[in-house]
Amino acid sequence: MHLKYESFVREPLVDGDKDYHQVSEDIIKPIEGKPGRMWYVGFIFSVLLLGYGIFSVTWAVYWGLGTWGVNRTVGWGWDITNFVWWIGIGHAGTLISAILLLFRQGWRTGVNRAAEAMTIFAVMCAGQFPIFHMGRVWDGFWVLPLPNTRGTLWPNFDSPLLWDVFAISTYFTVSLLFWYSGLVPDFALIRDRAKTKFRKMAYGLASFGWTGTAKSWQRAEALWLVLAGLSTPLVLSVHTIVSFDFATSVIPGWHTTIFPPYFVAGAVFSGFAMVNTLLVLTRKILHLEEYITIGHLEAMNKIIVLTGSIVGVAYLTELFISWYSQSWGEMAAFQWRIMGPYWWSYWAMMTCNVVSPQLFWVKKLRRNVPFTFVMSIVVNIGMWFERFVIIVTSTYRDWVPGSWSYYSPTWPEVGFYLGTFGLFFTCYFLFAKYFPVVAVHEIKFILKTSGDNYKRGMEKIDNQSAEDFIHIATTHHDEEHVLDAAH
Amino acid sequence: MAIKKFAVAAYDDEEVLFPAVKKVRSSGYKIHDIYTPFAVHGLDEAMGLKGTDLHIAGFIYGLCGTSTAVGFISWIFCSDWPIIYGGKPHFALPAWIPITFELTVLFAAVGMTLTFCYLNQIMPGVKKHVFHPRQSDDLFVMAIEINSHMSEQETTAFLKATGAKEVNVQMAEAGWWYGRWDKKEPYEALNAG
Repeated sequence: MHLKYESFVREPLVDGDKDYHQVSEDIIKPIEGKPGRMWYVGFIFSVLLLGYGIFSVTWAVYWGLGTWGVNRTVGWGWDITNFVWWIGIGHAGTLISAILLLFRQGWRTGVNRAAEAMTIFAVMCAGQFPIFHMGRVWDGFWVLPLPNTRGTLWPNFDSPLLWDVFAISTYFTVSLLFWYSGLVPDFALIRDRAKTKFRKMAYGLASFGWTGTAKSWQRAEALWLVLAGLSTPLVLSVHTIVSFDFATSVIPGWHTTIFPPYFVAGAVFSGFAMVNTLLVLTRKILHLEEYITIGHLEAMNKIIVLTGSIVGVAYLTELFISWYSQSWGEMAAFQWRIMGPYWWSYWAMMTCNVVSPQLFWVKKLRRNVPFTFVMSIVVNIGMWFERFVIIVTSTYRDWVPGSWSYYSPTWPEVGFYLGTFGLFFTCYFLFAKYFPVVAVHEIKFILKTSGDNYKRGMEKIDNQSAEDFIHIATTHHDEEHVLDAAH
Repeated sequence: MAIKKFAVAAYDDEEVLFPAVKKVRSSGYKIHDIYTPFAVHGLDEAMGLKGTDLHIAGFIYGLCGTSTAVGFISWIFCSDWPIIYGGKPHFALPAWIPITFELTVLFAAVGMTLTFCYLNQIMPGVKKHVFHPRQSDDLFVMAIEINSHMSEQETTAFLKATGAKEVNVQMAEAGWWYGRWDKKEPYEALNAG
């Protein structure tokens, strides 16, 4: 529109011949139809998994945390491993929606809605772990600074564990607001298209009465820009604070200043891997290949190879510093990581996180959908092992050799972890069925600059001389001329 | 209810909409509003709308968050129940930065979103008149209020000449009300005839 123009050299973000109406049709159709058989199978399986998780957690709450494999030396085990893993995954959504918005990256429009949804569900899963790790979960509200009958004993505001409470609840709230404020106009679209009474009522409620007036769009854009500006430091702060849980302690292997950037890079790394896992399936099942293109997947694979390499540098730096410090505790901790009883977890981490993502330097592989899918799973496994390595292999041999131990999880711990997968996918399946998976209004916004059929017309403009381009553009937009010609 | 008469023009292209807005305004018509399926950049300026001050509200909410956090924590740790944690002083400002930052962001984001809803008058259960069912799909819909001094025919003919795909006249409630979107409102029967 107007002088907004993008070179035809840039890959289109929307493939095929689309107009505004076709975009609405393609994305809203799956919501209006009946879900397929695969949806029911997946949904029921997720609900069953969630049920098993609830059972495992109930068991642990009823009998106490003695049912878990954690012991005096390894106090955090699978529970906090899973917490850090899920919260890391929850970083991609806000990164895509906030940082890429500030950088004006058009490709975010195809993937931001699903990625933000993933963020919210992942943070919901993450939050369960520290809550139930409290053991006496009914006293969980003690972390909140509420006046109480214990002399009004307040929580410790100097503690990274309390910073975590604030960071994660803020992160969840802000991500939810960002996500939902973007959904409102799309709900209005579903409402206005709705043929059935119930759908009209439900989406009428969900759309808050949005009608898309010029002023409301202006305010919405201001809101999204500021929320993006707030979310960008927020997303960096959340995993920084999670890393403080470790870095402010005096445990060898945890007590390092590299943790904040290293955790944030790892979080982005695993988050993008999870986005790829979900989107490769979603685009296939909902036939959204024209909106979530190979180009989108490639862009995310590039981020994966970048952040994977950052994480790799961090691993090597840790090793170097432990030797350079000449501290016996540090050196022993890293020696045991590599060659001790948990050597397999260290090498699984190294292979999955550092070695295998390097394959993404090859363009052919970055643009290969099955390979992207497999790699996204590999990266997620690798990142899980990274958290496991940090938590377990730093603590199982502590300062007193008499209390050295070997930790392995019990079934309620594994069940809890599986249960969060149930929670995550239950939410995701409901999202994929009832919510527009791609941000319709944002796709329409970029359609005329980045849509395939509109870009085809750009070639002509690209080959024009600058004088001709300006001339055509100005006469075309001299509105009075156009109108007079029409009369 | 304040039910008014509107001339409604639906355009199917921004390239036509922008000249039309200019033409309508320069001919002395007052645009009630324009409804678009997505954020059309420059439309607010073309309509003569002022910029929004929402971000200033956000800044003020953020400051409230900052002062709440610093004020509350310092009152607790220095006055209400001073405890020495890990040899830190009672007033351990660097250790409060994370929570202060989080509350700044939280207050700014929640405050701004609520202000956004208030300014736009949107909330679950609120209902507004939809001039065209495709205004959220692919049409750009302009509504002009027809008062007693204006000719209905003249206005619609004028809108047609600006390149509108569809032009009609509707009786509509200009504001918002509590209502269910699946139910027709009594006044909407006025448009049937």
